[in-house]
Amino acid sequence: MFRSIRISLCLVLAILASKATAENNSPVTIVSPWEIASYDPAVSGFATQKLEIMENLVDADAKGTLRHSLATAWTVSNDGLVWEFMLREGVKFHDGSDFNAAAAVFSLTRSWNQPGVLKKAPIENILARNGKLIVQLKKPFTALPAFLAHASTIIIAKSAFTTEDKPSSFIGTGPFMVSAYTPPQSISLIRNEAYWGAKAHLKNVTYLAASRAETRALLAESGDADIVFTLDAPGYSHLKTVNKTETFAVPIPRVVVLKVNAGHSFFNDPRARQALSLAVPREGIARVITRFPETSANQLFPPALKNWHATDIEPLNTDIDAAKLLLAELGWVAGADGILTRGQERFSITLRTFPDRPELPLIATVLQSQWREVGIELEVSVGNYSEIPAGHQDGSLDVALYARNYGLTPDPIGSVLQDFGKGGGDWGAMGWENDQVVDVLKTISTTTDDELRKENIAMAVQILQQELPVIPVVWYQHTVAVNKKLRGVIIDPLQRSYGLSEMYWAD
Amino acid sequence: MKSLFKSVLEVALARGLQAIIVAIIVGIVSFLMMQALPGDAAYRIAAGRYGYDLMDSAAAEAVRLELGLDNPWFFQLWSWLGQLAQFDLGNSLVYGTPVIDNIVIQLGYSLLLAGCAIATSLLIAIPVGIITGLRPNGLLDQSTLGLSIFLRAIPAFALGIVLVMVFAVQLKLFPVAGFRGFESFILPSFTLGIGLAAVSNRVVRDAVSDAMSSNWQLFARTKGLSMRATLICHVIRNASLPVVTYLGVQLAYLIEGVVIVETVFAWPGIGHALVHAIFGRDIAMVQGTALTLGLLYVALNLCVDLACRSIDQRGGGI
Repeated sequence: MFRSIRISLCLVLAILASKATAENNSPVTIVSPWEIASYDPAVSGFATQKLEIMENLVDADAKGTLRHSLATAWTVSNDGLVWEFMLREGVKFHDGSDFNAAAAVFSLTRSWNQPGVLKKAPIENILARNGKLIVQLKKPFTALPAFLAHASTIIIAKSAFTTEDKPSSFIGTGPFMVSAYTPPQSISLIRNEAYWGAKAHLKNVTYLAASRAETRALLAESGDADIVFTLDAPGYSHLKTVNKTETFAVPIPRVVVLKVNAGHSFFNDPRARQALSLAVPREGIARVITRFPETSANQLFPPALKNWHATDIEPLNTDIDAAKLLLAELGWVAGADGILTRGQERFSITLRTFPDRPELPLIATVLQSQWREVGIELEVSVGNYSEIPAGHQDGSLDVALYARNYGLTPDPIGSVLQDFGKGGGDWGAMGWENDQVVDVLKTISTTTDDELRKENIAMAVQILQQELPVIPVVWYQHTVAVNKKLRGVIIDPLQRSYGLSEMYWAD
Repeated sequence: MKSLFKSVLEVALARGLQAIIVAIIVGIVSFLMMQALPGDAAYRIAAGRYGYDLMDSAAAEAVRLELGLDNPWFFQLWSWLGQLAQFDLGNSLVYGTPVIDNIVIQLGYSLLLAGCAIATSLLIAIPVGIITGLRPNGLLDQSTLGLSIFLRAIPAFALGIVLVMVFAVQLKLFPVAGFRGFESFILPSFTLGIGLAAVSNRVVRDAVSDAMSSNWQLFARTKGLSMRATLICHVIRNASLPVVTYLGVQLAYLIEGVVIVETVFAWPGIGHALVHAIFGRDIAMVQGTALTLGLLYVALNLCVDLACRSIDQRGGGI
């Protein structure tokens, strides 16, 4: 009798022990809305970088400070036109082929020839010399290392391409390699045992793209997924009450902005744009729609961009009466139906937005109602996001609402230059150009003097706050639900990495 | 034997011809529909390819140049038809991968899902339909009618979420989403299968009820066959004819349901791919997918025809 009890007890303990061991080696399942539909780094580099399959020459920490990755050091010539990158030795791609200067040149030249951040940099040539990577520029550009940390500049092996230069597999140098791929929904990873750096703790990882926010929340709640990114407001609130998951909301450098066509006769005076801004109920939107009251955007750059977020600037606020006064100063008079008129003109405009980020159409309808109060008739057009750059180019755009990521590269100067530099940008100023801002941005992008850079950034931020070529609405929070048994989880505000190689299961 | 061969050949030839006509019409119509959509295709394709953080007018112009979108529409259509004649569906405009590769992977998952859904629906509809058909207008018949209306009226999306909340989140019997193995098929198949069974059980019920009130059924019973023998030898065979025909009609519901169910369950299917392709203005993918679905419809009709001829051999069946 006792013998059989003892045997049973041993069996139970053995099962429990094996379960505990099995749990430590359990695969981690990551869920996010973004599908991985192609092998092409220009299309799916964002995912292969986050999943640590591919690496860049340059890496960045959570604060955006650049650090070494496949490049161990970099220098720039005195005239700022030639950059030299020393490359890590002994690194091998997942297929066993060598990473070297020729491999880096191949990968980066391909990236440079395709739409992406490198195309926006003033690059003259990319070549290999004495085992180093050399980038020759047409004019000085200090943000080049930051650009080389972007997802579209990941280093992919030449063997990952077919003879027609089409990418046909995921072969990188990262701590994880691909074991199975079911486009566009799922990708399975195994640990790269031959990784050049510290090996990952986890052995297996599965990534699943679930486009519906409800599905993602249910995956987190059921325990089927261990890390779930981008939750909607109801899902996030609900998961806060679920015992086995922990929820995080991390500020990220993405901002919901209103792009205003300053070339339009209604908006060519800064006071008109200021009036629109005064009629944006930021706090209400942040409280009710995005549900993070602290994210009301009282300036363009969010706190996540510490060098660009000003602490001593006069914040944007909401004041309907002040908005009405400004519009009255510009000659607008309320008509019989409450809509403003000026001579033959009626203040009736169209706002373009898109549904890919579900909060955007909601914010648009809030603006529709709020601007009606100041006498602006707003038609909301919810379509494809490409209608915004298309409208910018053909001049048909009045106002657009979208989310802009100023953290595409660890240094936002690339995006800022594109948006507010000469001629404005598809996702930035329209019909607005400020010579002072153009000069200031030129200095920021070329100087190596930190103090001078800081002063010029402050100046640019101040002008953008007064002139409002784009009107900030709310800053984003990155919402994540994590299995409480998972340790070492780091949520990267720049969204460059899921931090898989640092994660491990609690004993 | 000779007449059997002739009959199969006749059906196969008619459907083969239909398949060629469907391929050409579907290809042309889907191409023209995509051309008729408002907005600039180069911008849409660039948006689908690079995402909105990287998509801008420069990317759109690069796409326009790369894909030759400036060519006149009839030139683009002609080159697609030329490729089709060589059994080449071209490359996805958004992802650059061969359309056929995408379809093979995604159609496989969709067909598995659709097959499981039909099997689930038949497992529910046949017994329920036979039992209620044998006692038409009884309490069970009336209550299954009410339940059928209720289940058919619920959108597949809502039904899917409810099933997930009950069976995956609360009872932890099946996974919420994804495709990890057999257990991953159960909830999506049920979501689709219940919707299908809600109608097909009524078709079975009507067919059985009609068969049971027919003269030949009365004759079979009068000549001394037991109820069981009449049901198996005569009623089920006769009643299966409208049910099999109706299965073909259900494909339309299935395609509609698959799109929604694939999205809810994060399933890499063809319905999901088609919706993405339309949004991304991926003309080659839309044409290829629509063509595959069209041919599938023809193939299914062929199977239904052959099955009907085999069940009812009076018109020179097989």
